[in-house]
Formats: sequence, C-alpha cells, structure tokens
Amino acid sequence: MLRQTPRQTPLFDDHRAAGARLTDFAGWAMPLHYGSQLEEHHAVRRHAGMFDVSHMLAIDVVGTDAEAYLRRLLANDVARLAAAGRALYSCLLDPHGGVLDDVIAYRLDASAPPARFRVVVNAGRADADLDWMQRQATGFALELHPRRDLAMIALQGPAARALADGLWPELAPALAGLARFGALEADAMLVARTGYTGEDGYEIMLPGATAPMLWQRLRDAGVRPCGLGARDTLRLEAGMNLYGQDMDANVTPAECGLSWTVAFTPGRDFIGRAALESKPPNRQQLGLVLLDRGVLRAHQRVLCAQGEGETTSGGFAPTLNGSIALARLPLGVVPGDTVRVQVRDKSLAARVVRPPFVRHGKVLV
Amino acid sequence: MNIPDTLRYAASHEWARLDADGLVTVGITDHAQSQLGDIVFLELPAIGRSVAAGEECAVVESVKAASDIYAPIAGEIVRVNQAAVDNPELVNQDAYQHALFVLKPDNPADLDTLLTPAQYRAQLEAEA
Repeated sequence: MLRQTPRQTPLFDDHRAAGARLTDFAGWAMPLHYGSQLEEHHAVRRHAGMFDVSHMLAIDVVGTDAEAYLRRLLANDVARLAAAGRALYSCLLDPHGGVLDDVIAYRLDASAPPARFRVVVNAGRADADLDWMQRQATGFALELHPRRDLAMIALQGPAARALADGLWPELAPALAGLARFGALEADAMLVARTGYTGEDGYEIMLPGATAPMLWQRLRDAGVRPCGLGARDTLRLEAGMNLYGQDMDANVTPAECGLSWTVAFTPGRDFIGRAALESKPPNRQQLGLVLLDRGVLRAHQRVLCAQGEGETTSGGFAPTLNGSIALARLPLGVVPGDTVRVQVRDKSLAARVVRPPFVRHGKVLV
Repeated sequence: MNIPDTLRYAASHEWARLDADGLVTVGITDHAQSQLGDIVFLELPAIGRSVAAGEECAVVESVKAASDIYAPIAGEIVRVNQAAVDNPELVNQDAYQHALFVLKPDNPADLDTLLTPAQYRAQLEAEA
C-alpha cells in the first residue's frame, strides 16, 4: 500500500519540541502523549489540559439557503439554534439512516443575509463529508468553504475557563455569559463552550499562523499539553462516541445512544428520516464497568441473558481506576444487569450502566 | 537507549538475568515499557507453572493495548512480582528494577541462546 507522508498541523513543531510521541491518526501526524497519558488525563479532570485538534475540519456554509440546506442535511435541527453563537451536536445520516459522521453545527449569523453556519467534522471523514455535502447542495443557494486555514485547540478542565479569562481580559465578560454550546466570534477567532472530555472548557478555532502563539501562552498559564491518548480515555469516561469505532454507516443513531440528537420536527424531511421511521432499532448502546480484574477493549464479545453483544470501545478508565467499555447490546438489557465479557481466554463479569461514567470530575457509576 | 550490559534479551523485548542462586529473573525492557505507554494491569503466571521457551505466560496491559509476554527460556515459575501487580506503574518507572517473575531454568545454559546487549541494541536500531 502506498504510504503518504502524514499531514502536519500548525502546531507540529511545538509538539515535537515538547517531546511528544507522534502517531498517525487519519493521515495526520498527531501527538499520542507527551510522556504520560495518565497524567495528562488527570490534568484535564483536575485542572486544565489542551489538545491540538486542528486535524478536524471546519466547513463554513454560507448563503441564503444555508439554514434550509442544513435542516435537510443534519438529523438534528439547526432551526433550534435561536441566535448567532449557538451550536448543536448532530449526526450526518445517509438515506438508510446510517451514521456518516457526527458533527457540531454553529449558527454564526442570525438573520443578516447571507446566513452563515459552520459545521465541524471528524478528520477521518473530512474528504467524504465534503463530497457528500457538495452533492446534497444541488438546488440550494449557498457555498461551502472548507477552512483548512484554521487551527483548533481544545482547552478543557475545571480551571479552563478561568485561565482563558486571564488570557483574554477583554473577552472575559462575554465569555462569562456563554452557555454550554454557546460560541463567541472575536476577530478571526471562534471560542465555543464545547468539548469532548466531560469537563467544562472551550474549543477555540483560530488562524493557523496564530495558533502556536496561543498554545505557548496557554502553556505559560499552566495548561498541560495532552495527546490523543488522553483524549480517548477522557471521552470514553464521558460516554461520548468515537466515529468509526462506536458508530458508522451500519448503525442508526438509536443504536449508538444518540436518539436524543435526532429532531423529528413535524414536516422536516431530513436525509435518513424515512428510514429511521420505518425500522425500529434492534440493538442499543450501554456502558459496562468491569467487575473482575483486567482491561476491556473494543470488539470483545458480551454475553447477556438476551443474547450476544459487542464492546465498541473499551479501556482503562483512570478516573475510576478500573476498566469500562461502551457496548452494543441486545434490546432488553438494562442498567444493573451483570453480563460476561470474553477477554482473550477469560470470561469476565461486568455491570451494565448508562453512560456517562464521569462528568465534571465526578464518577457517576 | 537503556540496555544494561549485565542482562540478556529476547527479540520479543523481555530481559533475563541469571542470579547467584541459579534462578533467572525476567522482565520487560525499557524500550518495551516506553512503547507500551502507561502500564495499568499485569497478569502474571501461576507459581509452579512450567513454561517452554517462547511460551506466552503473562500479559502487560497499558492504556494503549494488551501485550503478551513470552518466557525467554524454559523453566518453572517460582516467584512473581506482586508489588508490580499492585502498582503496575513501577514497571514504567524502572523496567529493570521491577521484574515480572523469576523462574528456575531447566537448563541455565539456555540463557546463552538469548540476544547479547549489542545484538538487542542492533535489533532496536533496525526496528527504528
């Protein structure tokens, strides 16, 4: 197979200088960790950490039909975004109701034409999504602008917002009023109160050329650089899905725990709606907490009274000091049940729970 | 690269040391612990178990993945490192100080079949 040189984000030199162990993720050279994944994980739960997530792609949707287009494209309903600076999480579905990607959609301009939205997609799906979005745009008056010029830094942890206030005193009053899934546009920067860790914080989009300066200022303020390893254990504890692992085009939102993100607004014909309404889910996603000693991993068999299931993500959960998993299980399994997981040559007991496992530093299961 | 001169090595990244009492202490190399990342769980062999050279006999689980550990030479397991089971991060802190198990070799001369420090170093350089 032809191996292409991994792409580099604007922060690549900073990662290398900081001694990051780099890994190829969706064709990008990204930090896996900077020494200890566990310490990075704990830094985010207890204080503040930051992640380079510039490999994700922001796609601006601009034009008079932008809202109508996104109401057709996304399973969640951007009409719910009452004002500029509001965002929502959504699945991008195919006509069969399968999940093509999960995205965050921001309304950037409320009513002043042309309407402007931003959709942030996963790195591994960026090319396919853009192609899909172009094809669905036929007949709509709008333009799609992939924003590879932007870098993205996720600043997360209980101290994250206070640290940002110190960095940007002029923005502090506006940031203080930012609700969850709110976003503030300031010059070329977009600061959104979103994240993928289960902690409070911001995701910051800014021109790539200015990203190293912000990264350095955050380091100086005591924010710990964190790699994709900690990002994965944090999101797993937070019960958040990873595209390509916990969901893909073979599952519907209801089969991967995302029913709450689908808006069956009367009269709105979004892509995949007819399929979702015609076939009820036959599996469900729940969490597992391992009761025996060991570590759960993805793609292990789960034996339940109602039949067989499979873990989709699993690992060591540093905040719980134990092992957890997300699993696709037969209908009828409920939180509190005990199931068996096949871990190599052993059958281990696990308790079924409803994710999240951890939120705002506290263990919930 | 931290490859002590006093040890012998398996290509699968275990180290082995012949002790004064004739027993052989086995652990994983510094390179192995570094590649694995933070170690969170150890599954060590039962005491009294006979293992063949190259036989899977332990599992080291890190935040990243599960990794099989192979017996570098044949023998009988006589001790395991319970302190490392209780605190797996010890192996990250010093993989040569914190071994995994001790075996009574079927034939102490088997140790000579393992890689010398220079050979192991050459292997790591070839893998890099």
